[in-house]
Amino acid sequence: MAARIGVVIFPGTNCEHDAILAVERLGASADLVWHGDTSVAGYDALILPGGFAHGDYLRPGAIARFSPVMDAVGRFAADGGPVVGICNGFQVLCEAGLLPGALQKNRGLRFVCATVVIRVETGDCVLTAGVPVGTELRIPINHFEGNYTCDADTLAELRAEDRVVVRYVDNPNGSVDDIAGVCNQARNVVGLMPHPERASDPLLGSVDGTVLLSALLASAASPVGATPA
Amino acid sequence: MASSERFSVLVEVRLREGIADPQGATIERALPALGLTGVSGVRAGKAFWFDVAAADEAQARAQATVVADRLLANPVIEESSVTITAAGAGA
Repeated sequence: MAARIGVVIFPGTNCEHDAILAVERLGASADLVWHGDTSVAGYDALILPGGFAHGDYLRPGAIARFSPVMDAVGRFAADGGPVVGICNGFQVLCEAGLLPGALQKNRGLRFVCATVVIRVETGDCVLTAGVPVGTELRIPINHFEGNYTCDADTLAELRAEDRVVVRYVDNPNGSVDDIAGVCNQARNVVGLMPHPERASDPLLGSVDGTVLLSALLASAASPVGATPA
Repeated sequence: MASSERFSVLVEVRLREGIADPQGATIERALPALGLTGVSGVRAGKAFWFDVAAADEAQARAQATVVADRLLANPVIEESSVTITAAGAGA
C-alpha cells in the first residue's frame, strides 16, 4: 500500500506543494496537515517543509514550536514515526527540541540560493536508509539561517553516535563541521537544510533528491525504530 | 483576591559568548566608514519590552523569566537578562 505522508504547514510555509508533488511522484499519497490540528493519526511519515513559519518572527521556528500540531508531531516522533524537517522545517524541529542544535544566520550574512553538493554520512536514519555512505547528491539550498550551530559536547555526541546525516562538500554557510543535516538518537527524526523536493525532476536540474525521498518512503513502510513483526 | 500591580519589563537577548555573531561583525566592519576606529567587540542582540501584572516584583520577574527562557531566547545559542524598568503602576 502506498505510504501516506502528512505535510505539516504553518502560516508562512511555502514548500508544501513541492513536497507533496515530489512524494506523490514516487508513489506515496500526501495530505496537508494544518498547524492548528491536534492529531497526525493515520500517517506513515511526516514532512515539515520549507518556508517562513509564522513569518520567521523572533527566530525561524521559534513561534511554530508552540503551534498545536507540534505536540502531535512530538508524540508521533516519540512513537518512532519518521519525521523529516526540510529547511524551515529543520529550524522548527531544532526549536521544538526534537533535534539538537540551532540554525544561525549564515556566515557573512549571505542569503544563499544555489545547488550544492552534499555527502551522505550515514545510511542509518529514516532519510538515508539503504543509501551508501559517501553518496554525493546535488540538491538546492535556499536559506539565510542555515548555519548549523551546537556546543562542543553536542557536536562530539553527534559524531560519536553517527548522527550527522549529510555534510556539505563545500560549506556554503559556515555550518559547524560542514553539517547540512542531523538526526535524533532514535534516528527517526531528521532535519536538513537542502531541499530534496526541489531536486526531483530532470527539469529542475537534478533528480538526486529522490534518493532521499525514496528512502523516506521506504522507512515509512517500515520505520527504523519499529520492532520487526 | 490579591491585588495585582503592573510592572514594565525589559528582556535583552544576546548570543552566548563564543557563538559567532555575523551581524555584529558586519556592523563592526562598517564603522571605519564613519571615521571611527576605536570601536570594537560589537555584538548584536534583541530587546523586548512588555508589561506584566503580578502581585509583586519577584512574581513579575519570575513570569518575565519564563517568557525570556521559553520563547524569547534559544538557550542553545542565546542568553537573556530580565530588568524591571518600572514597578507598581495599578493594573
